[in-house]
This record gives sequence, structure tokens and C-alpha cells, in this order.
Amino acid sequence: MDRPEIDGGRADIAVEVTNAVKTFRRAGRTITALDRVSFLVHPGTVTGLIGPDAAGKTTLMRLLAGLLLPDTGSLHVLAVDVLRHPLKVQGTIGYMPQRFGLYEDLTVKENLDLYADLQGVPMQERPERYGELMKMTGLGGFTRRLARDLSGGMKQKLGLACTLVRAPRLLLLDEPTVGVDPVSRRELWSIVYRLVEQEAMTVLLSTSYLDEAERCQEVILMHEGRLLGQGSPKSFSSQVEGRTYRVHVPTMDKRALQQRLERAPGVIDAVIQGGDVRVVMKEGVDADSRQLLPDIAGVCVSPVEPRFEDSFIVLLRQESDLRTTASLDLNAVGASGRQEDVIIVNELKRRFGDFYAVKGISFTVRQGEVFGLLGANGAGKSTTFRMLCGLLPLSEGKVQVAGQDLRRAAARARSHIGYMAQKFSLYGDLSVHENLHFFSRIYGLHGKHQRNRVAWALQEFELSPFADAPCGQLPLGYKQRLALAAALMHSPEILFLDEPTSGVDPLARREFWHRINDLAEGGVTVLVTTHFMEEAEYCDRLVIMSEGLILAEGTPEEMKERFRTAEQPEPSMEDAFIALIEGAEGVRSVS
Amino acid sequence: MSKVDPRKAFRHGFAMRMRGMIRKEFLQIRRDPSSIAIAFVLPLVLLLIFGYGVSLDAQHVPVAIVVEAPSPATRSLTAAFGNSPYFRPVDFSSIQEAEDALKRRLVDGIVWVRSDFAENLLSGETAPVGVVVNGVDANNARIISGYIQGAWLTWLEQYARDQGRPLSSAVSLEHRVWFNPGVRSRDYLVPGLIAVIMTLIGALLTALVVAREWERGTMEALMVTPVAAREILIGKIVPYFFLGMGGLILSVVMAVWLFDVPLRGSLWVLFLASTLFLMTALAMGLLISTVARNQFVAGQVAILSTFLPAFILSGFIFDIGSMPAVIRGVTHIIAARYYVAILQTVFLAGDVWNVIVYNGLALAVMTVFFLSIVKKRTRKRLQ
Repeated sequence: MDRPEIDGGRADIAVEVTNAVKTFRRAGRTITALDRVSFLVHPGTVTGLIGPDAAGKTTLMRLLAGLLLPDTGSLHVLAVDVLRHPLKVQGTIGYMPQRFGLYEDLTVKENLDLYADLQGVPMQERPERYGELMKMTGLGGFTRRLARDLSGGMKQKLGLACTLVRAPRLLLLDEPTVGVDPVSRRELWSIVYRLVEQEAMTVLLSTSYLDEAERCQEVILMHEGRLLGQGSPKSFSSQVEGRTYRVHVPTMDKRALQQRLERAPGVIDAVIQGGDVRVVMKEGVDADSRQLLPDIAGVCVSPVEPRFEDSFIVLLRQESDLRTTASLDLNAVGASGRQEDVIIVNELKRRFGDFYAVKGISFTVRQGEVFGLLGANGAGKSTTFRMLCGLLPLSEGKVQVAGQDLRRAAARARSHIGYMAQKFSLYGDLSVHENLHFFSRIYGLHGKHQRNRVAWALQEFELSPFADAPCGQLPLGYKQRLALAAALMHSPEILFLDEPTSGVDPLARREFWHRINDLAEGGVTVLVTTHFMEEAEYCDRLVIMSEGLILAEGTPEEMKERFRTAEQPEPSMEDAFIALIEGAEGVRSVS
Repeated sequence: MSKVDPRKAFRHGFAMRMRGMIRKEFLQIRRDPSSIAIAFVLPLVLLLIFGYGVSLDAQHVPVAIVVEAPSPATRSLTAAFGNSPYFRPVDFSSIQEAEDALKRRLVDGIVWVRSDFAENLLSGETAPVGVVVNGVDANNARIISGYIQGAWLTWLEQYARDQGRPLSSAVSLEHRVWFNPGVRSRDYLVPGLIAVIMTLIGALLTALVVAREWERGTMEALMVTPVAAREILIGKIVPYFFLGMGGLILSVVMAVWLFDVPLRGSLWVLFLASTLFLMTALAMGLLISTVARNQFVAGQVAILSTFLPAFILSGFIFDIGSMPAVIRGVTHIIAARYYVAILQTVFLAGDVWNVIVYNGLALAVMTVFFLSIVKKRTRKRLQ
């Protein structure tokens, strides 16, 4: 109408995507990464592109940066047609790819110089700009350090500084907070806000952390290549306004309560939070304690604020009713009935050269417990994990797993444990059935017993429809199921899960924890590492690790209780984590 | 604001971007020992192996000499073998012992001087000497038997002259080997090796470093800056061109001063041909990197498609003239072939213009061909 138009794009819009379709061909199959996606981003806002892995976030970012061409549809960035003038667009935007795009063998200063040269920043403007960026990122003291020697959080900030070296009008950040500890995540967000306020920048940022949605002014929610909705985080959570409650039953174990509520009539979602369970009800259904838990006395139901994640779950449930209500056949999993502590770790240390990745930690895990190891990347949790599984020799200390001393009988200890690795370690070219067959065989199963276990896994994990499909082509949630099934083939007493849910969508994550709860109920001990703070809520007990040391140990409630203050009456797990880390750093800087 | 000529501004931006790209590449080369290793250590090792270790000449070959009836004539014959640089004679008194030694590979051949040697020699009968050669290595066997034959004829001629009698054969052959009178294989292996080294630096190194940028995600970050696709290409070609020329200088210095390979042609011809070939190799490396986006695949493809052909089909070791016609045809698309021809000519023969011009033109065509494909294939796109 009367809006000014340049090059077919509207001048008052920062990003305009119209009917973008992008498909990839992989191994003879066509994968639709983006399916008719349209949206607008207004200038001067922080817009979050939110969705689980394979939602199409990175593809969309790359299309906007002119790195990929859409099959059909049009894209305009700052009123310039990206398809026709990619170089012009690239001259006005800043883009940080997933791994920050840093040259590891260049120093902080050299990385900045390179990007300043490429962005054409005049020499006389550099000292001032560098000064600002170093102040903003706190990297001022490290300009001569090689990028490879920086911590994950510092790399992320250097990556950001490099994209900001010539102040762009639009900043595209592709999953900037992945694998970065909560403290650095919080710092990144404060930088982003400052950019929008002081430099009038528009920021489009993708993330798979749903809790980050609430930090954006505008949210674009994506799932499997489609756009599920756009609006302010409030507009999403208001869709479930008045439908979210906290259920408190003092006499019931939190996991048992969650399992009950999940199956209760009218409940869309039930997750553990603190010692209670948070539920989302169907529209028009009241959360009446007699309806929810008719046979239990002392049930206390109170309304709570809706969250972004609630509306996402509701939207996803409308699309597919992927929900497991069936319990695992508990007779088929390997509970030992051992009453003592099944994992005893005493003064465990691990040294690589002269660097201690684990600096002397001790904890015990009881049978049937879900025990969490929390920490940012580099905290030493994966190293600890590998030692407990007998994959990495200990440098010092003592570890007992399932009654076996790891120093003397690592192989025997291993036969009692199931291990699910990060990224799932499945054979992508083998079918689901072949993978199960292979993993059961390497655990020594054969004959009728093996056939029974494979059949059990296909049925219990609802994998039968995909039995003959190559597992590399399964959606992430199914790969995760298969990996769990493979780790359970030999009925282990202890299950080790290394970052089991990173990248999967919240529905698949709930389903996964449902099964883990069943296993724990059946007496299987579960040890899990995670950097998702909200997942810590599922653990009975946990330790928080930082720089090879345990900072705190206890139940999730105890952890949060320690940081309850007047300003923060309801601290989240993340608040507790940040307070702990900052406390530890304070002590270190004093000493 | 002052008036800025846009064309000048563009040139300024171009210069700044190129400076950034090239400086970055040199810093990486300096900090990453693997590129230095490929550019300088690998040539060193290859030259040492081929210069000292690998020799296609037979020298100091252990040969059993069986003399059944010693006489002045046999003594003089044994002495002739002993004085030759090609043989290390070992004396045996019976053919059985000598055969035993041959089977145990203590000797590579047997010269059997039978008991009737002296009589036959005096009576003018021919071939009184029996020769047995271990034929397991056919090539070696041919060389050894040729040497023995040569040594025998030389001795026979000398002996006849000493005895004041003309040789029974009427025609005597006189060999004259041009350009490499000593027939030292090192003299043609070392120049040819330079082509292999330049292929490694040019194609393997560039394919690897570009693949590394893909692996680490830096390529994606580069592509979103205002740098143009051709500037990314130049930013890779310039540093590795200098590195390659460094490798060339090292190789030439080692060839001339360490291995005493003559350099009969002009240095400028050598450098011009090397420039052309290095550009082709760099373009091939960059072409590989447009397809192979991880270092493992890039390394495999580079070795299979550039290094091996340069090794086998360039005429560096295996003579192109004696290849089957089909393979001979294939060698025409191997750039190293033309470069090896120029190198061997410039080192051993001098400036033989028809050879240099023909092969130089072929190299120039290949350079233009590969560079234009790379230019065409390189887009600032991830797909």
C-alpha cells in the first residue's frame, strides 16, 4: 500500500520471509527442512527462533544469510532481496554460526583483526571498537591468548565480538547458547539486550532451550520444518492461562505422583518440579483433586503461572498424540535387589598430562535411585562418567560399581551396566532390528533368549513399525528410544545415560523420562549427566560439578532451598546453579 | 563526510580483505606444524629416500664367482669383476656351493668359470662362461645379467688386446649415453621427484586446509562476511603458492648440492614451469575442496586423484613410452607428465626449446582449465 518499498521488500521490516520451502536430498530421500514458512521480524527487537533439533532453525538462518537458496519462496533482509543480492545482505548483517566461526590457532586479537579486515572496518576506528567489544565481553585481559585455549563461554563471546566488529544492523545468532554454562548464557543475554537498546540492533536468535523463549520479545516457534506460531512469549503462555496447576501430595513420592497424574483424565502434561508435580489441563477441564487422584487424601492443588513450554506441549499434542502411558514390563529389566550402595566413588581423580580433569570427588549412589551429574561443558562430568563405566582408567582413588572394584574387575563391572552414549552411537546403516540384534549379541545373548529380548525391545519401545528401517533415517526421538533399548538388552542393574535428551523435542523428552522413571521404580539404578537444568528435577539426588570438583550434593529441593531469598522466593535449578558457580569463583578469586 | 570515490573504496576494501585473508593463512601455517611438515619435512624425507635409498641402478651386486680350474686367465677375469663398481665378487670353488648361496639370497648371480675355460679361450671357442641370475626380481635380473655381459665383453676385449690377437667378433658395439653418462638413476629420479613434491604441497595441502575450514565451521563464518568467492580463492592460492615455491627451492638446492644432480638449463625456465604447475596443483586442490568437506575425504581424494597419478603416470619412474597405448593416452591429462618432462630436460639436458615450449604450453592450458573450473564451481553457498 503506502509503505515504502525497496527491491521488493518493505523498509520498515527487518526480516521478511514469504513461503520459504527448502528440501535436501540425502541418500535418495527428500527431506523437507522448511515447509512454507512465512514470518516478519520487526526492527529493534530480540526475536527467538525456537524449536527442537531438526526444526529447521539452522536452515532458516543460512537462507537469511544467503548461504543457501530456497526451493521456492522469497526472503528479504533489511529490505534487500537475499536471493538477488546476497553480497549486499552479507555486508549489512552479522552472523554467528553454531561453532562460533573462530580460528582456533589465532589469538583473540588476530581473530578480531581478521574479521575487521573482512568487514572493512577502517583502521582508525578499530581501537575504539575493540575497546568497547572487549569491555562488553570481558575478554580484555586475554587478547593475546589463542582462541583454542579459551573456555566455551569465552569462545562464544569472542565469536560474538567478531560478528559485531562492524556494528551490523541485523544480528543472526545460530544456537549461541548450546554447550555453554548457565553463567555464560546469562551474560550473553545481557549483551544481546544491550545491543538492541544501545545500538538499535535487530537480533534473531535460534535456540532449542525453551526457557530462553521467555527472554525474547517475540518468539517464532518451529517444529519439523513448520512454523507453529509467532507472537510474544506472553501470547503463547496466555493460551494456557488458568490451565496450569501445582499438585502437592505430602505422602507420595514425586515420581509415583507424576506417573499417576500423567494418566489422570483431562491432563495434557505433568512434569516434576521440586517435590511437586506441575500439570497442564485440557481446555475447560478443572483440576479437581477428586477427579485427578480420587483415592488419595491430602491432595493440594494450587494454580501456577503458565510457562512458554506449556503452550508448546499443547501445540505439539494437537499435532501428534505421542504419549506413552504403558509401563515397561518390569520383570524384564534387571533389578538386583542389592540393598547396599551400588556405586561408591571415593577421592576419584583423573589426570591428563599435568591437567586434572577430575580433582578428587566422592559420592555414593543407592540402588533404584536416579542420580544426576550436573555441570557445564568441561566440568569433568563426562570424564567421571567414562571412568565409572570402566571406559577410562582412574588416575587415583577408588570406585566400586555393582560390588566390583573398577581397578581390578572393570570387565565384570561392565557386564552389570548399560551405557547410552551422547549422540546415541547406533549404526546408521543397519536397521532397527539389526542394531538390536547386534547389541544383544555383543552382550553375550544368543538363541531363544536373544530373540525374546529383541522382541521385547521392539514391543516395549514401540519400535515394531520401524523394525526394518535404517536407523539413521529415524527421527531423533526414535533414535533415542532405540539407543535406550540397546543399552537395556542384557538387563543391566545400572544404567548410565550421557546427555540423553540433548536436542530432542519436549514430547520425546517427557516420554524418555517416563521410561526412566519406570526403570527406577523397577529397581534399576540410573546415573545421568545433563546440562539441562530443568532435567535435574527428575533426579532423586544430584551433584553439581565445576572444574573437576563437586560444588554441592543433595536433592533438587535441598539445592534450591539453599538459595531461597526474599527477592527469589522460588529459585529455579538454574538460579541455584549460577549462585553456586559464582560462589565458587568468588572463593577462588579471594584465595 | 569527505567524498569517497566508490571504485577507490572498493579497491581499498579488496586490499584490506585480501590482507586479512592472507595474514590469517600465514599465521595458521606458522602455528600449525602439519602444514609446515607437508611443505618442508615431507620433501626433505622424500628426497633423502629417493636420493639415497631408492636406486634403480645395480651397484655392489654380490656375485658368486666359481672358478673350477684357476689359471692366469681366470685370475685376470676375477680381478676385472673385483675392480668394477657394480660387483662385489664372492669366490666359490664349486657350483653347488654357489647355487646354495644364490638360493639363500647371499648372492644375486653366479659367474661360472668352468674347468675348460682356459682351453676354450685359447682355441677361440665362444661362451666358456656360464651365468646364473636370480630372476625373482625380473628388472634387477635383467640389469645384473646385462652388467655381467658388459663386464665379460670388456674383459675379453682387453684380454685379446693383451694377447696381441684380434677379437673373434668382427663388430664391436660402443655405447654412448647422452645427458646422463653415468646412467645414474638418481639424476633423473630427483628432478622427477620435485613434481611429486609440488603436487603434494599444491593439491594435498590446499584440499586439507580448506576442508579444515569446513570442519571447524569457519568457512561458514567467512562466507557471511562481504568477502567475495574469488577473494577466498586468492586468499588460499597466494600463501600456498609461496609455500610451494619454498618447497621447490629446498628441493632444487638439495638436488644440486646434496645429490650432485647437474642443472644444465636456465633457472628462469625452471621457475616459470614450476609456477605453472604449482598453479595447476593448487587449482586441483581447491577443486577437491569444493566437494570434499572433511579432511579425511579431502586427503584420500587428493592422494588418489593427484599424488598417485603424479607418481605413476608422469614418467617420473615408469617410462611413458613403454606403457600400453590406452594408459599412454591417459597420461596426457596428467599435468605432472608435462612438468616432469620439463624438469628432466632442464636438469639433465639444458634448455631444449621444443621440449620446453610444447610441455610449457600444455601446462599453461591445464592451469587455465583448472583455475576456471574452480572459479566456476566456487560459490558462496553451503550446498
